[in-house]
Amino acid sequence: MFLSEIFSDPAFSLVPWVVFFPLAGIILNLIFSRRWEEKLTALTACLAAGGSFVISLLLMLALTHHPEGATITLLEWINTGSLQINWAFRVDTLSVTMMLVVSGVGTLIHIYAAGYMHYDVRINGDPSRYSRFFIFFNLFILAMMLLVSADNYLMLFVGWEGVGLCSYLLIGFWFEKGADGIANARAAKKAFLVNRIGDVGLLIALFLMFWNFGSLQFDTVFARAPEVAAATPAVLLAMTLFMLLGVAGKSAQLPLYVWLPDAMAGPTPVSALIHAATMVTAGVYLVARSHTLYSLVPAAQTTVVWLGALTALFAATIAVAQNDIKKVLAYSTISQLGFMVAAVGMGAFTAGLFHLTTHAFFKALLFLAAGSVILGMEDVRKLDETNLSDSFHHSHVDPQDMTLMGGLRRKMPVTFWVYLMGALALAGIAPLAGFFSKDEILAAASQNGLLVFLVLLAAAFLTAFYMGRQLWLVFFGKPRSENAENARENTALIVLPLILLAGLTVLGGLLNFPGSLALEGWLEHTLGKGINGEFNSMVAGISLIVSITGLVTAWFVYSRYSGEIKKLDPLEDMFGAVFIGARNKWYVDELYHAIIVRPLEGLSQQLAQPVDQGLIDGIAVGFGSLTKAIAQSWRSIENGFVRSYALALLLGIVLIFSYLVIR
Amino acid sequence: MAPISYYLVLAIIMFFIGILGVLIRRNALIVFMSLELMFNAANLVFVAFSRQYQALNGQISVFFVMTVAAAEVAIGLALMVTIFRTKHSIDVDQMNNLKG
Amino acid sequence: MPTVNDFLLILPEVVLLIWALLILLIDLWIPDTKKYYTAVLSAAGLVISAGCAFALLGRTGSAFSNMVVLDGFSSVLSILFLLSGLAAVALAYDYLKRNAAQRGEYYTLLLFSIAGMMLMASANDLIMVFLSLELLSIPLYILAGFFRPRLASEEAALKYFLLGAFSSAILLFGIAWIYGSTGHTDFPGIVASIDGGRANYLLLLIGAGLLLVGFGFKIGVFPFHMWVPDTYQGSPSSIGAFMTVATKAAGFAALLRVFLVLFPAEAPIMAGILWGLSAASMIFGNTVAIAQMNMKRLLAYSSIANAGYILMAFVPYGNPVIAQEAVSSALFYLLAYALTSFGAWAVMIALEPAESDGLLLQDFSGLGRKYPWLGAALLISMLSFIGVPLTMGFWGKFYLFKTAVDGSQIPLVLIGLLTSLVSAYYYLRIVMFAYFKPGEPQIQPGRWASVVAVICAAGIFVLSFIPTPVFQFAAQMIMGMK
Repeated sequence: MFLSEIFSDPAFSLVPWVVFFPLAGIILNLIFSRRWEEKLTALTACLAAGGSFVISLLLMLALTHHPEGATITLLEWINTGSLQINWAFRVDTLSVTMMLVVSGVGTLIHIYAAGYMHYDVRINGDPSRYSRFFIFFNLFILAMMLLVSADNYLMLFVGWEGVGLCSYLLIGFWFEKGADGIANARAAKKAFLVNRIGDVGLLIALFLMFWNFGSLQFDTVFARAPEVAAATPAVLLAMTLFMLLGVAGKSAQLPLYVWLPDAMAGPTPVSALIHAATMVTAGVYLVARSHTLYSLVPAAQTTVVWLGALTALFAATIAVAQNDIKKVLAYSTISQLGFMVAAVGMGAFTAGLFHLTTHAFFKALLFLAAGSVILGMEDVRKLDETNLSDSFHHSHVDPQDMTLMGGLRRKMPVTFWVYLMGALALAGIAPLAGFFSKDEILAAASQNGLLVFLVLLAAAFLTAFYMGRQLWLVFFGKPRSENAENARENTALIVLPLILLAGLTVLGGLLNFPGSLALEGWLEHTLGKGINGEFNSMVAGISLIVSITGLVTAWFVYSRYSGEIKKLDPLEDMFGAVFIGARNKWYVDELYHAIIVRPLEGLSQQLAQPVDQGLIDGIAVGFGSLTKAIAQSWRSIENGFVRSYALALLLGIVLIFSYLVIR
Repeated sequence: MAPISYYLVLAIIMFFIGILGVLIRRNALIVFMSLELMFNAANLVFVAFSRQYQALNGQISVFFVMTVAAAEVAIGLALMVTIFRTKHSIDVDQMNNLKG
Repeated sequence: MPTVNDFLLILPEVVLLIWALLILLIDLWIPDTKKYYTAVLSAAGLVISAGCAFALLGRTGSAFSNMVVLDGFSSVLSILFLLSGLAAVALAYDYLKRNAAQRGEYYTLLLFSIAGMMLMASANDLIMVFLSLELLSIPLYILAGFFRPRLASEEAALKYFLLGAFSSAILLFGIAWIYGSTGHTDFPGIVASIDGGRANYLLLLIGAGLLLVGFGFKIGVFPFHMWVPDTYQGSPSSIGAFMTVATKAAGFAALLRVFLVLFPAEAPIMAGILWGLSAASMIFGNTVAIAQMNMKRLLAYSSIANAGYILMAFVPYGNPVIAQEAVSSALFYLLAYALTSFGAWAVMIALEPAESDGLLLQDFSGLGRKYPWLGAALLISMLSFIGVPLTMGFWGKFYLFKTAVDGSQIPLVLIGLLTSLVSAYYYLRIVMFAYFKPGEPQIQPGRWASVVAVICAAGIFVLSFIPTPVFQFAAQMIMGMK
């Protein structure tokens, strides 16, 4: 490790700047944004994110010469007894891949947000929050960079908690808005609490790790893993499963996925950056990073695979029945994360990370385009004309309800085309990015087991179906509301990132194009030779057919949809109760409420009244008032007379000398 | 020549008289004189031992102490003058507004 | 005869003293409306002296026939004193103007006092210890009464003066007995005499006990703490802040050096006394602070408790390895304490109106909402005082406790932990007022106090992330100490 530090590329030592750039952005905006115009605030934030991206690019170039990477120690952090932890950055192909995705997509979304938030803060009636948004956004980039560049699990955990915090802050960005003025705050709280369950799991895993390995540093842990696996396999199993709980929380897998759909309460750039492209993939990254541990425990690997596969299918069924444009995308995200988790569980790390990357492109694209649609439906021109945020009351029509859209293809042509790109990529149509990455996962699954393969295939079918449904409802047919009738294309600042992302969506497949397999060779330096999702023309054919079938089915079902308000969804005609169940998310929230939340609340009530307020408070208050009484009485020692002060001094001397005499 | 213990006993007596003065007198000036007595008790110890060891360093120390004591006198008296101007009294027992 | 080299080794002190004398002269020609220049000049003097101290960092040597030594310990502490002085100047400028006490001698006296502290940290002779103690104390007697003819200030000065002189006399008496025991006042001479078996053990023990009382008074440990709350409350707040940090640090500097160098053999006996002083201070300081509603008094009691914490690590100083650890922990804690304490005082001074004896806790109500930066500074200071994990104060306590555990002082550590818990009550109450009670605090004119508060809070925040390098720096600096 230290040798490589000496001989490695000098560019590696730049790595702390991926964190320092966003930090500088935060500090500048904290201090000056009150005096700055919006443009300057946004520019600072974008430059901060862009700076991180440039550094990531430099690191990538350096890695092409020295693929073995390096560890750059910035500072010693904790050094006590056997616990030694540094602020150290790890540069290797895995971390740099993540850095590129995070900062690259992050920068584009920053640019988009510069335009989007301009309208959003005015629609919501508080322009002063513009700078706050960008401070949070930069903070997110900072925390995410810490997470992916950490050289030990504790630093990773700091980033892990940091992104969780940013997620909470940004979901609740309009904390006083939403249904009953509390829905957004509630969504934020839900995300925080559910993530907390996962975080506790991760924390327990870290405790176990320190207990058994005596270190939290990646290399040390991985080096000692085989002997621990040989001596006490149960420990390693527990460790990996607890870690999986953390993964399920952050990456929204069963059974902890419930927070992610609600997280759409945040502004759309937040949904795109945090809840689709980057933060939710942290779990995938964690499994990939810890692949040495997982590959030693087959049982854990199987659990990961099934967790991912079932999540992929389960979330896809719900997505089919949603009417909110962002909710569909949210469940789709959960489903796609399931694909990635399943992939890394199978040992197909490259396939998982490949899908992570392409998904970051097209899902960010879809969310941003959805945001563009929402702004179109909000009719922001009115806002520009009046230019008075206070007097602007946005229409009572829900701008996210797909049943009220329709026909936007002609109103918002650019948005339509990029949305189409994203949707086809997500559906897995060749030759867009999603096709190759999803195909690699399916190919790996076909080697893993027939059942998993079939589950994932079913999920892929549903994916194509709900994307077809969404395309049809939003862009085709006739406008079904006045707002849709008046929709207009957005400004360049919003559209430009969309086009760039669309380009990435189209070309993303080249990253690991069958035959060249660039990404695979690149990641091999870090992850070793996993199961390579070799291009399998048979599997590819099947999946392409399935996708096209899904799209076509959707077209058949929804081309007849006239979209009169109150009219039943065509699927509801066909499936009835099943559809209602899917629309209501299979009542999982209600179930959790009934079996976990309500009993807990009951128990808390019981504990609160007699136990806490009676006994424990009694002890605490009693102790408190006793101390206060003692404090009051001791106060009188300080009676203000110099002579008694001198006497106290003398008594001290007497005490000291009596002690000396007794000794 | 008197043995050294005489001087030391005298110094200890002086020191305790000084302490007693600080503890029981109410006039700040007298308290201050008692403090000087304590300093001089220390000086006496220095000088006595200096003679015992036939060394000069103890006696030199005494000069330092006397200088410092003089400086303290200056400050102390100035302080008492200002207090007397405000309160028309230098009774230390009346200076007990700050307490608790 | 003293050579140029001797003066070079105490260059920071020399520079400071000459500068102080010059300011005394120059100030005569500065009109009352432009005392700004005096403040700036004195700050410049402090900076120049700190520059000299930095230049000497890492050098060792002794000067004036072993009267003073220069080593890492003294250098680091000198820099700490100078920076504290800088803070005291910054805190004083607007504050004195507000109280119509903008007189130039404030700065001169402050500089003299700092020079005394610096000499105290490098004193290598008991007479030098005594002289530097007086050099640091006498200006402070005046500064405590600087708001004459305000009665509180005069009372504070009188109490400080009488008790200070009392403790000095006791210290001097102790020195005299040690001289009697060994025939020397310089450290090498005393050590040689003890090692050679020529020293009178009984007299030495008496002397050590009296010395401990004298130092205990300066650092303000129970039961020698009685002057602390009254003096801090009555003195000008900027001087209160300065004394809390710098006087305490100077007292510890002398205590640590004298006991480590002169009395390592007496450690088993001294440990018992130090144990008692430390435990009593932690318990008494933290308990009585609960009953305080005046911020100045509260901080004063908190300072008593903190002196107890630092002393805790020093209890097992007989073991040379532990002693090294104890001194580095003490240095680290003093740094943490300096930042934290100045932060809290600065917030208070920023809000303190003229003619007041310190804010009541209620006066902080609404601070967090009205002045977020100042509120944040107060919050960070309080969290650091409590020792909330990962703050600077936490690391400070962590190292102290660890040293005490290594020296197998488990009961003392338990007392420390429990009293820390108690202390959370009164520190958090301030935070509660600042953030959860409605109110309209008003920042007084002038922004220097706020600047100091924010700088201190930022310092705590940044250093919280890198405790180990700081600690290792401290450990490395004291390597050369005997």
